[in-house]
Amino acid sequence: MTTATASSFRFRERSALGGFWPAYGFTVFYLSVIVLIPLTALVLRPWELGVAGVWNVVSSERVVAALRLSFGAAALAAAINAVFGGILAWVLVRYDFPGKRLIDALVDLPFALPTAVAGIALAAIYAPNGTVGALLAPYDIRIAYTPLGVMVALIFIGLPFVVRAVQPVLEDLSADVEEAAATLGASRCRTITQVVFPAVAPSLLTGFSLAFARAVGEYGSVIFIAGNLPLVSEIAPLLIVIKLEEFDYAGAAAIGLAMLTLSFVLLFALNVAHRLLSRPGMA
Amino acid sequence: MSAKGRTATRDAPWFAGLLVAVGLAYVLLVLVMPLAAVFIEAFAKGAEVYLAAIVEPDAIAAVQLTLLVTAIAVPLNTLFGLAAAWAITKFEFFGKDALLTLIDLPLSVSPVISGLVYVLLYSVHGWFGPYLQANDIEIIFAVPGIVLATTLVTFPYVARELIPLMQQQGSDEEAAAATLGAGPLRTFWLVTLPNVKWALMYGVLLCTARAMGEFGAVSVVSGHIRGKTATMPLHVEILYNEYNFVAAFAIASLLAMFALVTLAVKTLLESRFAGELAAQRGT
Repeated sequence: MTTATASSFRFRERSALGGFWPAYGFTVFYLSVIVLIPLTALVLRPWELGVAGVWNVVSSERVVAALRLSFGAAALAAAINAVFGGILAWVLVRYDFPGKRLIDALVDLPFALPTAVAGIALAAIYAPNGTVGALLAPYDIRIAYTPLGVMVALIFIGLPFVVRAVQPVLEDLSADVEEAAATLGASRCRTITQVVFPAVAPSLLTGFSLAFARAVGEYGSVIFIAGNLPLVSEIAPLLIVIKLEEFDYAGAAAIGLAMLTLSFVLLFALNVAHRLLSRPGMA
Repeated sequence: MSAKGRTATRDAPWFAGLLVAVGLAYVLLVLVMPLAAVFIEAFAKGAEVYLAAIVEPDAIAAVQLTLLVTAIAVPLNTLFGLAAAWAITKFEFFGKDALLTLIDLPLSVSPVISGLVYVLLYSVHGWFGPYLQANDIEIIFAVPGIVLATTLVTFPYVARELIPLMQQQGSDEEAAAATLGAGPLRTFWLVTLPNVKWALMYGVLLCTARAMGEFGAVSVVSGHIRGKTATMPLHVEILYNEYNFVAAFAIASLLAMFALVTLAVKTLLESRFAGELAAQRGT
C-alpha cells in the first residue's frame, strides 16, 4: 500500500502479472465456504439460548471441570515437553550418537500418526495390565482412566512442536558466543544458564504455545486413555460430542465458543510474553 | 561438536552422556513404545487373525472411504493453496495480513469444533437443514459431511508450505515472463510451478497424512455407520469399543505404516531439497 494515497485508495497495486482476480476470488470464496461461514455459525448459534442460557451452560459444574482439565492438562503437558523437548533438541543439535538421524525423523511421528491410533496404543501401554501400567500398578499409581492419562496423551501430541521450534534456534546459535563467555571465565554451567538459555527461551515459549494450543482441543488420542469420567477425566471436546448426541446443538456450540475464546485469550497473552521475552534488552 | 580446539564449549562426557540418555529415554517412552505397541497388539494372535481383520468387508469399506475422502479433500486444498499463494505472494492488495491470519485459523480450532460447525450448518436442525431436507440432500451422517470436515482440518497445509517460499522467491521471474508476453497460466505453469514443486509436494504429503488420519472432526459428522460412513480411524474406534482389540490394532497398524512412509518421504524431501522448501521450516 506504499503508493496508495488517501485520495485515491486502490484495492490492489498495479502489477505486470495477471491472474489476480481468479486466484483471489477463488481464495476468498473457498475460505468463506470451508472456514468463515461455518465458524460464524459457531459464534452465533449459542445465543439462541440467551445470554443467561449460554452462561448457564458454560458455568455448569461439568463444563467447568472439563474446561479446567483440558486447559490444565494441556499446560502441564506442554510444560513437561518444554523441559524434555528442550533437552532433546539440544541433544539432537549438539551431540553425535548412533541413531541420531532416525530419532530426529521420529520426532515428527505425532504429526503423522493418526490420533486414534496413538490413543489406543497409549491406552494399551498405560492400562493396569499394559507394559508401563503393570510396572506402576504395585505402587498404586494409575495413569490410564485418570487425569494423568489425559496428560500422557497430550505429551505425545505436543512433543514435536517444542523440538521443532527450538532446534533451528540452537542450530543458528553460534558457538562463538559460548566461547566468548567461557573465555571471560564463565563456567560451562553458567554459560548454559546465562547465555544459551536466554537465547532459546523465546523459541521454548513458542514451542510451549503451539503444543498447548494443539493439546487444548485434542480429542482422538485422549478419549481412549482418559476413561471419560464426568467431573474427573472428561475433556471439553468430549463434552461437545456428548451435547451433540443429546441434540443440544446450542449447548455444544456454547462450549465450543467458550473453548475458542479461552484459547485465543491465552494464546494472545503468550504472544505478548513472547514479544517481551525476545526484546533485545531481555535476551 | 567438532573435536578440535572447542574445549571451552565442549561438555564433559558424563554431562553429554547424561543428556543424551535423558533425551533417548524420553523418545523411547513417548514415541517408540506407543508405535511398537500398535504392531505388537496387532499381531498378538498371529498373522492369520491379523490378515482376517484386514480383509474383512467392513475394513475394506473403511479403507475405500478413507481413500475417497482423501482423494477429494487433498486436491481441493491443493488448488486452494496454489490460488492463495499466487494471490498473496505475487500481488499487493488491501487486507492481505488478515487473509493470512484467516488461512491459519483452522490450525487453532479443535477438530471436534471443526466437525461441530458443519453440524450447526447442515444437520436437520442446522441453518440449511430444512432446505437440504426438502431437496433430499444428505450431508451430515453421510460422505459429504466427512469430506467437508476433513477439508477444514487440513485446510492450510498446502498454502502454508507455498506462501513463505513464494514470498522469498519474489516475482521477478514471473514479471519477466509476463513482459515477454506469457499469460498468467503459462507463467504459473512454466515459471512458478517448477520453482515450488518440492514445497508443493511436501505440503500435499502433510495434507494427505492428516486427511487420512483425521478422527475428531470426522467422528462428529459421520454417525459411525459401519461399512458406510466409518473411515479407517473411525473403524478403529468401533472395533476397539467392541473389545475387538486385535482387529482394531490391525487397522491401526495400516495407518501407522502409512505414517512411517510419510515420515520417510518427509525426511527425504527435507534432506534432499532443504533449499527448495520454505526458508523457515517452522512447524
